[in-house]
Formats: sequence, C-alpha cells, structure tokens
Amino acid sequence: MTATTPTPAAGISAPAGRAPARSGAPRGRSLRRAGLAVLAWAAGALFFLPVAWMALTSFHSEADAASNPPALTAPLTLDGYRTFFGTSSGNDPWPPLINSVTASVCSTLLVLLLALPAAYALSIRPVRAWRDALFFFLSTKMLPVVAGLLPVFLFARDSGLLDNIWLLVLLYTSMNLPIAVWMLQSFLVEVPASVIEAAQLDGARLPTVLGRVVAPVVLPGVAATALICFIFSWNEMLFARVLTGVRAETAPVFLTRFVTSQGLFLAQLSAASIAISLPVLAAGFAAQDKLVQGLSLGAVK
Amino acid sequence: MSERTSSPTPPAAPAATPPGTPRPAARSAAAARAPLAAPPAARAARARVWATRAPLLPALIFLIVVTQLPFVATLVISLFRWNALYPDDRAFAGLDNYDEVIGDSALRGAVVTTVLLTVTVVLVSLLLGLGLALLLDRRFPGRGVVRTMAIAPFLIVPVAAALLWKHVLFNAEYGLFNGLLARVGDVFGFDAPQPDWISDMPRGAVEAALVWQWTPFMMLILLAGLQSRPLELTEAARIDGANDWQIFRHLTLPHLRRYLELGALLGSIYIVQNFDAVFTLTKGGLDTANLPFVIHEEFTQAQDYGVASAAGVLVVIGSIALAVFALRVVSSLFREEGSRA
Repeated sequence: MTATTPTPAAGISAPAGRAPARSGAPRGRSLRRAGLAVLAWAAGALFFLPVAWMALTSFHSEADAASNPPALTAPLTLDGYRTFFGTSSGNDPWPPLINSVTASVCSTLLVLLLALPAAYALSIRPVRAWRDALFFFLSTKMLPVVAGLLPVFLFARDSGLLDNIWLLVLLYTSMNLPIAVWMLQSFLVEVPASVIEAAQLDGARLPTVLGRVVAPVVLPGVAATALICFIFSWNEMLFARVLTGVRAETAPVFLTRFVTSQGLFLAQLSAASIAISLPVLAAGFAAQDKLVQGLSLGAVK
Repeated sequence: MSERTSSPTPPAAPAATPPGTPRPAARSAAAARAPLAAPPAARAARARVWATRAPLLPALIFLIVVTQLPFVATLVISLFRWNALYPDDRAFAGLDNYDEVIGDSALRGAVVTTVLLTVTVVLVSLLLGLGLALLLDRRFPGRGVVRTMAIAPFLIVPVAAALLWKHVLFNAEYGLFNGLLARVGDVFGFDAPQPDWISDMPRGAVEAALVWQWTPFMMLILLAGLQSRPLELTEAARIDGANDWQIFRHLTLPHLRRYLELGALLGSIYIVQNFDAVFTLTKGGLDTANLPFVIHEEFTQAQDYGVASAAGVLVVIGSIALAVFALRVVSSLFREEGSRA
C-alpha cells in the first residue's frame, strides 16, 4: 500500500472511463467528457424544470402566475402559502394534513410490527415453504386494488367505518405489507447464519441475539422500508377518495377539492402542491439510496 | 415456478414433519395436546416447527383477511343483479353482468387504453431512464446535484403532479409550455402556435405526465445496475480495443438486462393501476379512461355494483395472467441473486 511509483497495473484497476486518458487524443476525450457533463446537467435540469417552475409560481401573485408569456422575474410573495394555510378560504388544511400523518405513520408502524416477525420467519429461521410464502405476499400486490374497492366500501358503510381514518390505516397496512416483507426479508438474509449460531453457542438468548447481532445489520433496511411505506401511504388517493368524507379526508383528497372549489388559482395550487409534497420530498432527498432499495423490493442493493 | 429449489438452511426439525402435513392454523392446538402415544421427542419437534411458523402468521392472516376476502366478495357480487339506485331489485343473475361488461364498448375501450397507457409509459420511461442513468454513471462536477434534481419528479405527490401538469404546464392560456412557445415566437418574430395540449392529445398528455414521474424511478434502478457492473471486464475490453458502443452493446446491456426487467415489472404493477393521473388530467374523457377509472365510475356514478364487480373480476383475471409472467421474472431474478450470494 505504500508503493509510490506508478505502475502500469495501477492504471488498470481504476474505473473505466474515469481513468485519465492514456492514449489517443486527450483533448478530444476531455472535450467529449465535458460535453457529456453538460448533457447530464441539461437532462437533469429538464426533469427538474416543472418542479422548479411550480416552486417559483407558488411565490408569485395570482396575476403574475397566470401571465403569458411567463413572468420569470415577478416580485415574490408568500400570499399563496398564506391562502393555503389560512382559514380565510373556508378550507382549513390542517385536519387533512394531520389525517395524512396519522394514516401514514400509524400504518407504517403497523407494517413494521407485522412484517419484521414475518421476514424473520422467512429468512433467519425460515419455515419450510418460505419461498412460496414470499411469493404469496408479492402476488397480493399484483391484484388491482380497485377490484376490491366495492366490498371494502360496503363493509365500511355497514359497520360504520366510513370516513374513519383507522380504516385507511388498516388498508394502507395491507397495501404496504407485501413490499415490506420482501424488503425486510432481503435485509435479514444478509445476516450471516454463522454469526447467529456463534452467539447462541456462547449462550446468548434470543432477545440478545436479535438486539446485538441482528439489529445493527438490519436497522438501515428497516429505515428504508419505513420510508417507502410512508411515501406510498402519503400519496394514496383512490381509497381515501372513496372511503373518507369530511372528517377523515387526507391531504391528496383535500388538494383535489381545494382546486375545484377555488377556481383556478395557479399560485395557490402550486403552494398547496409544494406544501403537501414537502414531507415526501424531504424524506426522499435525505434517503435517495434507500429509495432504490425499497422500490426494487431489495433486489438492488 | 418450480418449488424444487433447496431452502438455504434446513428448517428446525425436518424429520418431524412428514411431507404433506396439513398446516391450517387450527393444528397448533392439536399440536399442543398431541396424542399421548406420540413420543416426547416428536412432540417437542412439532412445537418447534410451530414456533418457527408463529412469527409469520400475523402478517399472513392480516393480509388474507384484508386483501383476499374482498376479492371473494367481489366474485360473489358480480353474480348478482345489484344496483344501489334500485335496492329492491336485487337477485341472482348468473353471468349476465359479465355479458354486459364484455358487450360494453366503453369497457372494452378501457382495456385497450390500459394496455396502451401501461406499455407506452413503461417503455418510454425505461428508455429515458436508461439515458439518464448512463449520463449519471460518469463522474462529473455536481453529479449529486443532478441526481437529486432528476429524482424530484418521483417525489411529488402523484395528484399534485397531475394537477401541476394540467394547470401549470398544459393550460392553453397561461400554461408554461405555451408561455415558452410564445416567448420563443417573440424572440424569433413569428406567431407561435398555442395548442390546447390536453384536448389535442389527451392520451399523450396523460402519458407525458406519467413518463415524467416514472423516469426517475427507472433511472435509479438502472443506475444501481450500472454501478454494480464488474469494471475489470469493461477495462479489459477497452484495452482489447473495443469502442464505447461495443462495450455498451455486449457488456453493459446484458448486465443491465435483469435491472431493465425489474424496472419494467415494477413500473407495470403501478401504472396498470394508475388512477390519479387519468382522474385529474382528463376525468377519463377523450378515450383516456383506463380500467381503474372505469370501475371507479361504474361504482360511484352508475352505482351498478354487479357490473362494477364483474369488471373487477375480469381485471383480476387479466392481472393474474400478467402476474404469473411477472412472478416468473422476479423469481428468476432473485434466484440469480441468491446464487450469487
């Protein structure tokens, strides 16, 4: 490791395309690389443009927001957010936001509570048909939710659960449970069996093994799973639309109602959209890698 | 899927459970008070098997009750004549509802729309995602920032994204697209066209909004795939004189195959079920109604529970066909993953 003289072999182990050009026309190469970097920036900016525009519009006055050609340099104002969060419009966004938090957080906790033991039984001490069980979980995810909507609605209506946020908690739990079991299983499989056996041979009891050996390896995976479950619950609209009314309304449903009842106010709409997306944006930006692991059911590490 | 693949570690006591042991939950009680004739060793083994299964049961039972029972109910309702607007006229109708669904051109149109929408969105976002991933796989200044910018569309709440496209971008009078067109027209001195995007190309509008949201997702999966590529191979090929295209075609693409499949599969699962974009952008008008939207309408507007359920059952049958194929893909993916570990 202390070798200071560069050898030809040292160059080979450097990642392809990132190694300094060894032959050919170095200037052409670096020009090409700069071109690709510019292209990458342009592509990223293009995808970001609508979000950036929405953010900018949310700080404009309604008049500027609806101007054509677009008013890029119009003065900024917080009016859009004031209208959204204020109750002057007769629409208080806080109850729906709190409902969304309740539904997302509680269903995520419930998912973890159910999925962790299940994943344990499918990985560390697997049941015999663990593979079949795992695929059964996934197969429930492939059935369209809309086909089960009517019975759920009828059941909710007859049992007085309509417009009750806890019904959504249960439904979101079932919606995310298959993904969570898959993900957690893929993380628990990573715990080397030999380590667990060694700890048990040393006389450690199950809680100790779980706490000292399994938990440190698995915690990042649990965080990734929780993030994904939170995002999907927060975003869900079909169930929320059909099964809730005034009391249990969630933020996405509120957003659609906010638009139709307010006419067309672009600045307000943008402010509301940004405000409602903010929890997901913050969580997603903070944990970009976890997002991939979660969405790929743990197949991509 | 063949079930013959060996499990990684043998279960607690393989000898104690003969193959074909029934395993309904009720057996646990039976296991507890096993016949006196059974030797204690077998009893203990059986208890251990159940201790292994126990952690799985709450999740399994919860999922069966909440997701499978409603489908059974849907199946039963689909055989009845049942419209909420005529509550007294409820009777067994056999397969009449299915006749109606199959004969209904709107529903058949919805099947076509669903397939077109899903295939287009998945393919286009996979291709764009691949391009973005290839660009982001190289090291360049500000790569982290570009990656963060590129995944932003996926992190906007879907309803908000649909509203954004409908009102802020597509609107014919004050939307950003026409605004930019007008400005370009001003600069170059011509009258820029001001199309009404949503009514001129309704399906394209829905697809554009969905592609925008799903490309980052594909990009993230493919980027992870690119970064798991064995670099020695690429380097060796380069030394042997292979050019970029040859390396991409013969090394990168084969390696990415399973990531492409995974992206396509997961994308399809979600886009087939998309409701938010169709509902928000076009309200299902102009030939953009997909199956989830039509079933939602059938049940909230027409209140025909029987027909809505029959349509639901047909959707489920279609999904099962898709799922059998999809599960096969996933199973091969994860088997490779397992053999690699």
